[in-house]
Amino acid sequence: MLTKRIIPCLDMMDGRVVKGVRFKELKDAGDPVELASHYCEQGADEIVFLDVTASHEKRNILIDVVERTADAIFIPFTVGGGIRSLEDIHSILCGGADKISMNTAAVKNPEVIRESSRIFGSQCIVSSIDVKRVYVTDESEAPGKTVLETARGRCWWSIHIYGGREKVDMDAMKWAERVVELGAGEILVSSLDFDGTKQGYDLVFLSELSERVSVPIIASSGAGTPNHILDALTIGKADAALAASIFHYGTYTIKEVKEYLAEHNVTVRL
Amino acid sequence: MVKIAIVDYGIGNLRSIKTSLEAVGSESIITSERDGIVNADAIVLPGVGAFEGALKNLETISDIILDQVEESKPLLGICLGLQLLFTASTEGGSHMGLDIFKGKVVKLPFGVKIPHVGWNTLKILKPDNPLVREVPNESYVYFVHSYYGAAKCEEDVISKTHYGLDFPSALSSNNVLATQFHPEKSGEIGLQILKNFVEFVKS
Repeated sequence: MLTKRIIPCLDMMDGRVVKGVRFKELKDAGDPVELASHYCEQGADEIVFLDVTASHEKRNILIDVVERTADAIFIPFTVGGGIRSLEDIHSILCGGADKISMNTAAVKNPEVIRESSRIFGSQCIVSSIDVKRVYVTDESEAPGKTVLETARGRCWWSIHIYGGREKVDMDAMKWAERVVELGAGEILVSSLDFDGTKQGYDLVFLSELSERVSVPIIASSGAGTPNHILDALTIGKADAALAASIFHYGTYTIKEVKEYLAEHNVTVRL
Repeated sequence: MVKIAIVDYGIGNLRSIKTSLEAVGSESIITSERDGIVNADAIVLPGVGAFEGALKNLETISDIILDQVEESKPLLGICLGLQLLFTASTEGGSHMGLDIFKGKVVKLPFGVKIPHVGWNTLKILKPDNPLVREVPNESYVYFVHSYYGAAKCEEDVISKTHYGLDFPSALSSNNVLATQFHPEKSGEIGLQILKNFVEFVKS
């Protein structure tokens, strides 16, 4: 039976892991390759690297990390952040990554999803979507938008690009349906409302999206406990859960999370 | 040391398959040239991209590959590499394959999310096959695919995996072995399978 996947995410800048990662057993906790190997040994099902390097000129550092990672771990890994063109995708995949994820480039030019999935295959094109709730009192305030009831009131979901810095007045639910039509093989959902809160994932958005699209969904943002991850995979119906700080700070190991999931009848690879 | 030619017929991640084959004690080269394939002890047909494009890129060397297989050179097909070994495929129209495995490549059934992405189990039907030596039944391996090879000959099927239905996840026919999953991305179990292939080449 297909398992649910647990995916640690490493944020990188100039080839180094940012966001404090604390593991005593690591010689160099800033080295993305060493960390990826560490998570691989803990039982991670995949690894996601998110490159937040501002300068496009420093892409060669990223490629070096990709190549070293491919030589060190034998599980799939995805690279996202700053990918703009087919050339960028080509160099990352040829460097040894299995998938790439795109957000801003796809919103600016949706054709890049269609072209890249045709050339490289849908299986390696992950559409990353940063969503943020826009609360409304009445549906008439948001014509054409997908308005749903949440515990905090009615809202629709807008999308954000440039690492959350710029809001785009587009319905995230419809955008997700569109990227699937264009050829995206998976959708990675991050929530700007829930990111860093450790209060759990945006379950309303996830479960609705899961009903609407045919491709696997990776839930991101908000994990504080193994129970949050369980909720994302059950109530949120996500196929995979991505988390960063819960693993980086050693609050829980990947194995502990997986054991918890197994106890609650979620199929995982142990 | 066993020398393995990884056939380069598309664009995608070939580095991982090269590294993992080297990790299990073989020497590997990435090639799309006749000489590279002929001079190797074994061939790996990796899996990248879509069926039609791959077949097109493979056009000039498919005869060489088939000749080498005819001469008993071991071949391992991975993912799309497995699918190319079938009689035909329905991906993006109707296309003829290399016809080593009898049957058609068809889309996974409705009702499950497509692509089939992630770790799934092997139900090993032929535990004596060299490819699955020391691989426990129900081992997890990594899949990424939307189509599968519906094998006509049950004899060819080493293992099946359930996703919407039971589909063949590893196959063999004489000196040709194939996996629908990615052994190079399947952690320790995957490395064991690649090691088994290298041992098979030696024998």
